[in-house]
Amino acid sequence: MKTVSTKSAKWNAAILYACVASGGMLGSLARYLASLAIPLVSGFPLPTLFVNVTGSFIIGLYSTLTGPDGRWFAGTRQRQFVMTGICGGYTTFSAFSLETFRLLHEGRTGTACLNIAISVVTWLAAVWLGHRLARRLNRLKGS
Amino acid sequence: MISGFVSVALGSVLGGMARYFVSGFVARRVGETFPWGTLIVNVSGAFLIGIFGALAESDASTLASPDPWLFAVTGFLGCYTTVSSFSLQSLALARDGQSSRAGSYVVISVGLCLAAVTAGFTLASLFK
Repeated sequence: MKTVSTKSAKWNAAILYACVASGGMLGSLARYLASLAIPLVSGFPLPTLFVNVTGSFIIGLYSTLTGPDGRWFAGTRQRQFVMTGICGGYTTFSAFSLETFRLLHEGRTGTACLNIAISVVTWLAAVWLGHRLARRLNRLKGS
Repeated sequence: MISGFVSVALGSVLGGMARYFVSGFVARRVGETFPWGTLIVNVSGAFLIGIFGALAESDASTLASPDPWLFAVTGFLGCYTTVSSFSLQSLALARDGQSSRAGSYVVISVGLCLAAVTAGFTLASLFK
């Protein structure tokens, strides 16, 4: 019996890895497309800002819609696919770090600080807005 | 064009699984009261992107050509690191009444990631 349960636990873990990997691939391809489509505005890393803000909004919306009081049921696999996979792969902290470093390295301290301030504020505002919108949608239930 | 998409896809599959592994491993070891897993993922990713960024500056480097860069940086590191989990965890801490923890998490994440990318870039520039 024990071997059966460890086997199914391993199988379950493998499926969760597959959910994260496939979601991460879709999210990353979407981020790559955004980087091809959105121009840099006078050296300001707009594509990275765009994906990080929209990704934060989506994770805030989805996590509350599918949360304990949510109107949308989602199992662990779907949540890992969307949140850890798609949203995780779509957003990126490393590109933000490198782009800010490059601005500092080029002596564009003002633009670098502006990028840090705008990024952090808009990421957090976006996740909060997504969460608030989902709470409103959740309250519509049964009315 | 197609090879670019393939490079991003392959790198991101590895990067996503690496993030899931590292954040899960850290959470099991130190608990989930503070998002150490995501912090470690983002800081280590920033360190690596600093190294790759410095290496790509010399034309002789493999990373100076498009597909290896798309695989290692846009694909692997882009998918390995995450802003969405960072935002969600900051919001969760703030909503839980732990505003000072949320504030520390934001400041420590941004500060350490910028320090890590600088360290990686400087280190790789020394050995070039």
